[in-house]
Amino acid sequence: MQADQPETVEGDSPDLFSKFDDVIQMRAALLAGGVEDPFSLVMERVLSPTRAICNGRDTILLGTYNYMGMTFDPDVIAAGQKALAEFGAGTTGSRVLNGTYRGHRDVEDALREFYAMDHAMVFSTGYQANLGIISTIAGKGDYIVLDIDSHASIWDGCALGNAEVVPFKHNDIEAMEKRLKRIPAGAGKLVILEGVYSMLGDVAPLKEMVRVAKENGAMVLVDEAHSMGFIGEHGRGVAEAQGVLDDVDFVIGTFSKSVGTVGGFCVSNHPKFEIMRLVCRPYVFTASLPPSVVATAATSIRKLMHGSAKRAHLWDNSRALHGGLKALGFTLGTEVPQSAIVAVIMPDLERGAAMWEALLHEGLYVNLARPPATPAGMTLLRCSLCAEHSAEEVQTILGMFERAGKAVGII
Amino acid sequence: MDRAEVDARIRGIIAPFNKKGAEILDATTFAGDLEFDSLTVMDFVAAIEDDFDIIISMNQQAEIENFGQLVDAVTSTQAG
Repeated sequence: MQADQPETVEGDSPDLFSKFDDVIQMRAALLAGGVEDPFSLVMERVLSPTRAICNGRDTILLGTYNYMGMTFDPDVIAAGQKALAEFGAGTTGSRVLNGTYRGHRDVEDALREFYAMDHAMVFSTGYQANLGIISTIAGKGDYIVLDIDSHASIWDGCALGNAEVVPFKHNDIEAMEKRLKRIPAGAGKLVILEGVYSMLGDVAPLKEMVRVAKENGAMVLVDEAHSMGFIGEHGRGVAEAQGVLDDVDFVIGTFSKSVGTVGGFCVSNHPKFEIMRLVCRPYVFTASLPPSVVATAATSIRKLMHGSAKRAHLWDNSRALHGGLKALGFTLGTEVPQSAIVAVIMPDLERGAAMWEALLHEGLYVNLARPPATPAGMTLLRCSLCAEHSAEEVQTILGMFERAGKAVGII
Repeated sequence: MDRAEVDARIRGIIAPFNKKGAEILDATTFAGDLEFDSLTVMDFVAAIEDDFDIIISMNQQAEIENFGQLVDAVTSTQAG
């Protein structure tokens, strides 16, 4: 046998795909029940931020992250069209080589203005922002202390780096403090929290947690993906709403929710922050966002600074939906509405999928969420509201939930 | 604290998590024999961390599959 030739695989060597057999089986069993596949819905036409033709039906969208309804904002679209015409369809290069256009600088300026922070760095997706920042700043010998219900992009950022990873029970201040105090003296510490946890739509006690983290000498990173634009006086998120934004070292955010396009970012006041552009691999080794995307993002971010009327309406919608579903007898993820996400807890995956399908037939799209994305093995129907849902639409939605819930036998 | 003491203490902590009443040997695995799911693992690890006042990071947990390995790992934190 020669070293430069692959060894011929013979006989019963394992199929690398056999590790997915459980998931294949779960999916087959679900579809065998005759239910429409919840994980391959196609939107044939998108009519507005809140309506689309889904699998051939006119459907109200209650499962997008288009919280502020910016996707069809005329100024946002015009900015994107102009940039597309003037700068072309894509950059075909990394931010640190040929991929930084005027628009990339401009959207980072918009973020600095929005957060009133010194530095802003834009990534190609929110996932990459967490992946890049976390894996780069927490290295070998450092400790990451994080909430057990953290988003996959945070866990993957931990896995990509070499730090010791120490999770604590969801939103448990005491459990977090105990772990911080046990970290060996002299080790670097990073605490990772989220403003809004997207599965149940609950908010973190950042006021206490950030204080405890700082008292124990840790740097703090907060993912505010699900709060930008409508939580906090300036829409800067839960850390702003709870008065601790000045003590947060890194805010991670995304353009694919309230901003209404795609992309991710980190803002920070750390004096050495700009070096991240050279050492952060998920920033360096990927193509930058297309010019049209950064132009739409910059326009949208600047409009979100003045979105207080839309913000108030979004909160009205959240309260109306939460209160209405509770009155109908559904079990919800939070006792009171804490964000624009209202999670309806299903008894199991089978009835969750049946309910999801019944709602789709009513003309309503929500997210079906299941483990491992959900905490505690729950099946959820996640409703995320938009500032463009009218008060009447929320009542229509409640009627759909009532009919579907009774048909499936959940209420 | 020597290995035997650590072993005895962890046996005490594991009892309420051992719903099936499985026999605990050094080779008893958490995922297989005890059927711990991820939530049980989190609560069990937290109980041990609190009892011994130590950290068992995810990186260390990845190397621990059975009871004996856990006792060894905790014993090593008790030296000196």
